[in-house]
Amino acid sequence: MRASLPWQIALALLAVVTGGVLQLATAPGGGPGNVWPALGLVALAAAATLAMGGRPVAQAALLFVGAHGAAWLLLSGVAGHEGQAGASFYLALSGAWLLAWRCVTVLSMLKPASQGEKRLLGLIIPLIFGAWVLILWEAIVRGAGIPFLLLPPPSAIAERIGVSTAVLAADFRQTVLKAVLAGYIIGCGAGFIAAIAADRFLFLRRGLLPIGNMAAALPIIGVAPIMVMWFGFDWPSKAAVVVIMTFFPMLVNTVVGLSASGHMERDLMRTYASGYWPTLFKLRLPAAMPFIFNALKINSTLALIGAIVAEFFGTPVVGMGFRISTEVGRMNIDMVWAEIAVAALAGTLFYGVVALVERAVTFWHPSIRGG
Amino acid sequence: MNAIASHKPAPAIPVTQSGVADVVAASKLGLVFNTNDGPVQALSNVDLTIGKGEFVSFIGPSGCGKTTLLRVIADLEKPTSGTIMVNGMTPEQARERRAYGYVFQAAALFPWRTIADNVALPLEIMGISKAERAERIRRTLELVNLAGFEKKYPWQLSGGMQQRASIARALAFDADLLLMDEPFGALDEIVRDHLNQQLLELWARTNKTICFVTHSIPEAVYLSTRIVVMSPRPGRVTDIIDTNLPRERPLDVRESPEFLAIAARVRDGLKAGHSYED
Amino acid sequence: MDSLQSKIVPVGTLLAILVVAWYAFAVMLNGPFQRDLDRRAGETPGQLEFLMRTWSQPKPTLPAPHQVAQNFYKSTFTVKPWSNRSLIYHAWVTLSSTFVGFAFGAALGILIAVGIVHFASLDRSLMPWIITSQTIPILAIAPMVVVVFASIGITGLFPKALISTYLSFFPVAVGMVKGLRSPEVMHLDLMRTYNATRPQVFWKLRVPASLPFLFASMKVAVAASLVGAIVAELPTGAVAGIGAKLLNGAYYSQTIDIWAALVAGSLVAVMLVALVGLAGRITDYAMGGRPA
Repeated sequence: MRASLPWQIALALLAVVTGGVLQLATAPGGGPGNVWPALGLVALAAAATLAMGGRPVAQAALLFVGAHGAAWLLLSGVAGHEGQAGASFYLALSGAWLLAWRCVTVLSMLKPASQGEKRLLGLIIPLIFGAWVLILWEAIVRGAGIPFLLLPPPSAIAERIGVSTAVLAADFRQTVLKAVLAGYIIGCGAGFIAAIAADRFLFLRRGLLPIGNMAAALPIIGVAPIMVMWFGFDWPSKAAVVVIMTFFPMLVNTVVGLSASGHMERDLMRTYASGYWPTLFKLRLPAAMPFIFNALKINSTLALIGAIVAEFFGTPVVGMGFRISTEVGRMNIDMVWAEIAVAALAGTLFYGVVALVERAVTFWHPSIRGG
Repeated sequence: MNAIASHKPAPAIPVTQSGVADVVAASKLGLVFNTNDGPVQALSNVDLTIGKGEFVSFIGPSGCGKTTLLRVIADLEKPTSGTIMVNGMTPEQARERRAYGYVFQAAALFPWRTIADNVALPLEIMGISKAERAERIRRTLELVNLAGFEKKYPWQLSGGMQQRASIARALAFDADLLLMDEPFGALDEIVRDHLNQQLLELWARTNKTICFVTHSIPEAVYLSTRIVVMSPRPGRVTDIIDTNLPRERPLDVRESPEFLAIAARVRDGLKAGHSYED
Repeated sequence: MDSLQSKIVPVGTLLAILVVAWYAFAVMLNGPFQRDLDRRAGETPGQLEFLMRTWSQPKPTLPAPHQVAQNFYKSTFTVKPWSNRSLIYHAWVTLSSTFVGFAFGAALGILIAVGIVHFASLDRSLMPWIITSQTIPILAIAPMVVVVFASIGITGLFPKALISTYLSFFPVAVGMVKGLRSPEVMHLDLMRTYNATRPQVFWKLRVPASLPFLFASMKVAVAASLVGAIVAELPTGAVAGIGAKLLNGAYYSQTIDIWAALVAGSLVAVMLVALVGLAGRITDYAMGGRPA
């Protein structure tokens, strides 16, 4: 271990010094507040970290507090001074950012002993990264005075989410609980049944598999206007798009999965004179589960995309896709971001639930056991 | 993590008291792995010297640390206690000077390279000129009887031929030490016999020092000048047996009483190391 | 060629069944409207005449395959390729932003993957977000990106290509990280015994080992890129492109136009994926891949 000056810390100190000089040159009272305290905090944290030496956990904690404390000071200082940020503001911000970077680097080098600590680290590190995307977004939008019409800062989006929960909830019900769920269940179910049929009849399999594989590449979403014409403006037309989009991945994955069981195991079932259905249920379907769940996971995202984009082609006055397209038209960009945040959350939760069920069902698979 | 060390020049080879550098000299060597189930003593108190031109086999049940010891010599693992010198240097310095060729359990050929290009791989990395490379490829492939297969890809060769190609790759840069980690373990016995014979011929012709890990008693006795018997938990050396078989060894030497006596001693050594765990 | 033949017959049969079913559905879906039409005109056509009429409405609920084929042929081969009525023109508009977006997305994905494989902090902080991004419908951002750029005067290829870029970036980054990490421990150890430098390990081992992963992910990415470009053409009422064609068809209930545009979009998609697949095959062949 060499006692050295990490480059992030060095740059952060440089930023603080330059920022301080520039801040001295600016007229007092003008521009965002709290630049001095933020510069001071960054300098203090950087110096204290160097003094800490080889205790990484303490270093990381110090860097964490310094970086985020300074960021909080800067963000609360810039509110109300939109577009007035000078170089010293950005230098203080980059100083704080460099500390956070150093913090992540220190945390990444930790070799935790226990599983729990490892999992905690696996959560903290990406969260710091995510937080800094939001911090930089907020600070730059406010600091540079970008019109909220074009790119609202996260705080404005959060505020909008808070104000419009009723609308967002109604959109969520319409799009996710009606269109996505119905379409997902029907589409995955139909794909599964078609796969079983294809498995029984070789001819069908040989015909369906290439078509299914090709369908993965097609812009199926384009059928949305047709579905709207056939099934009307309400959610059934969106569910129909979802059915078509989710059908083929399920079909292809299940067919491939059904041939995933080993020859030896299948021969074993033959020695028991086991028929098609017992073999299917006792051996081949369990062996196919990882593939089936792969399709279920792919489809969870596809279903959301399908339903939202289908709503761009016409809906009753509710729904996530409808909201996005109309609010974009009215230049209510903060509402669009709010809707996108809900969509992202819905997508992650949907995927997460499927993944949890997968863990419970395919606990024996090496990828789950971690073997 | 592949921590590749920087290219600082290693100091000149220090010479041991005797004036001749041992190829491998380990004393009180120990290695503890920290696993999720707590620390595991993979090597404990290993004392061993290997002189130039020897053929030393390491034999023992799985978990006895024979592969780990080979990997310590190769600087693929770091010992946690004791000292080890390779050619009078630390293993790291020896690795940086490309002091040894390593043959793995599997051929580990790059599937996207032809046999000739696979043999060329270490030469490219060591910055050897194209003309020189061609010459060495020709020479080493001849040495392992693979002349004529230069343009083939690995999958076009049998398992035994692939392993011979990987030996050629280890020989290509003329290191004096050859470290072989159960190189024929995955092959069937007929192919293995054949390769054993070829390996002995190659050793006689090149006069290299060979460290050879195996779990086959006949293989160890047939090939070696010395057999290091190891046992697990903790991984340690339980016996070192000098074989006084003639250097010239036809396959039927394995039916001779001398051979059988050595094999019996190896078997006894393995049993002794094992006795406490039943 | 045996395997090809064993595919052609079943696929052909299924497609034939599909076409027959399509005609049947066309009768079913267009029938009620046709009966209505005939009753108002006071006509009572025979069975066959009725069928023919359901298959030749100008704005049918479901156009018959030959109507789509005719429309496709007419707007592909009989008009000048640069005219506004040509599908080639519209396909080209979409294709060009797909290409640009895909090229940038793939390059960016590869670059990020290289960074993730070499820097632990990037791996630990960025990789979880890239994986999470696979689970969210990022395509939903498309209309906003287009409109916001339009409001500051940037229209045309750039915003569309941007959407294609971010849609193709994620799969390539994920695939490439997987690929660059795919070398076995034994191969990495081998390079270590040679005292190979990091760039040597990268160029001689990681890059060749990653290529199959790269091409597999690029197939996904190029398809996503095309979908992105098409969806990006929806919100502004773009005047050209497959997406614009779909939207116009939807506005004026020109169902035959919609279907023809869909056929064009599908052909473009198949062509793009086939192109990437071909590049993958050639690379595989050049690297001595075992013929499958």
